[in-house]
Amino acid sequence: MIARAAREIAPGMVVNLGIGLPTKVVDHLPSGFPFCLHSENGMTGIGPSLPAERADRNLIDAGGAYVSPIPGSAFFDSAMSFALVRSGRLDLTMLGAFEVAQNGDLANWKIPGKFSPGAGGAIELAQKARRVVVLTTHTDRAGKPKLVEGCTLPLTALGCVGRIYTDMAVIDVTPEGFALREIAEGLDPDQVIAATGAPLVLPQGDLPTF
Amino acid sequence: MTTLPDKTSEMEQAVAEIRDGATVMLGGFGVPGTPFALIRELVRQGKRDLTVIKNDANEQGLGVDHLLAAGLLRKLITTHIGLNPRAVAMLNAGEIEVEFCAQGILAERIRASGAGLSGILTDIGAETELAAGKQIVSVDGRPVLLERALRADVALIHADKADRFGNLAYAATARNFNPMMAMAADLVIVEAEHVLPLGGLAPDQIHTPGPFVDRVVHLQSISEEYGVVQR
Repeated sequence: MIARAAREIAPGMVVNLGIGLPTKVVDHLPSGFPFCLHSENGMTGIGPSLPAERADRNLIDAGGAYVSPIPGSAFFDSAMSFALVRSGRLDLTMLGAFEVAQNGDLANWKIPGKFSPGAGGAIELAQKARRVVVLTTHTDRAGKPKLVEGCTLPLTALGCVGRIYTDMAVIDVTPEGFALREIAEGLDPDQVIAATGAPLVLPQGDLPTF
Repeated sequence: MTTLPDKTSEMEQAVAEIRDGATVMLGGFGVPGTPFALIRELVRQGKRDLTVIKNDANEQGLGVDHLLAAGLLRKLITTHIGLNPRAVAMLNAGEIEVEFCAQGILAERIRASGAGLSGILTDIGAETELAAGKQIVSVDGRPVLLERALRADVALIHADKADRFGNLAYAATARNFNPMMAMAADLVIVEAEHVLPLGGLAPDQIHTPGPFVDRVVHLQSISEEYGVVQR
């Protein structure tokens, strides 16, 4: 799933990867792949994470991981960082999700009464990145679908999600709702349909696997 | 030839100027750029009933957490407190008030105040619960939110290098919210790892120009709090 999602990243893109699963995407890009990773605190050109003993105490990404610079890295303040996001320079963001609705609404920052640490930069990333894809398990820990007809949790941004990568499938958000594009090897579409909380449009022809 | 004023100060004296009930901006995004020594001195002097504006609440045992543990913080204006369970618990128990703001909008509200503006207009968070209670303004027929400028009584700033006039340079991602906050308070106190004579910072290297800064405190030593967090 993460390897498949890595193919979202095209040469030349400016990309922001959310904390958790999305951060791992970069491990699946070939060495020398030309793209620019952005972090909310104020950095572009992010190199590999470093273990504590080799870390620079002043150099972290927005998730708090100690990262390294690469030739061409830039440091700037957090206002500049979000100027880049809101003004349309961010080609792609990959985010986690609690719920994605069939119209592309995203909820990923608050579960009232249980989890309300604040949204950090998620609202601006989701609302303003040119393309928003979600990386998530297909269902939550209780087995409840994360892909739903309408979000019940507080929204991060409306109609923002273009595509969802899960452990079961690759699904696009289309004007007709969720469209199944690819399926994990060894699964059949009925299993994906059963684990999805909204109607799923199946392709006419082949269903590629990943 | 004239010279530029000397703003160097002792930490105890600089922090003594802060009154109880003050609104205090704290630089930092996670550990880098957080003015840990000034926060410690704030706690030592027992300044209470504080409203703190900071990107995050640090982690337990670090920075903002000392203010929380000592019961000195009344309200927090922030973007994300998920890495500090004490902050989350105090919020849930109603022991502190927390106002959440989208991260880049917090930065812009601070920057606006520092630039002498009253607020900014943005569609960020429109139609989400972050829009609740905010004034809506129509721009070219489009509804946008009026986000008010954020000003503080005091800003506590961490710089890598300062000269005696208060010209500042930040290290790597320790820059984060520091440059905006250094513009947005009535009293700007800087702790610097290196304090240089005038001319020690090349004019092109300066991130915050001295006229924004009021006090420069030299950090005689760098405590463990500034170090790499062992997780």
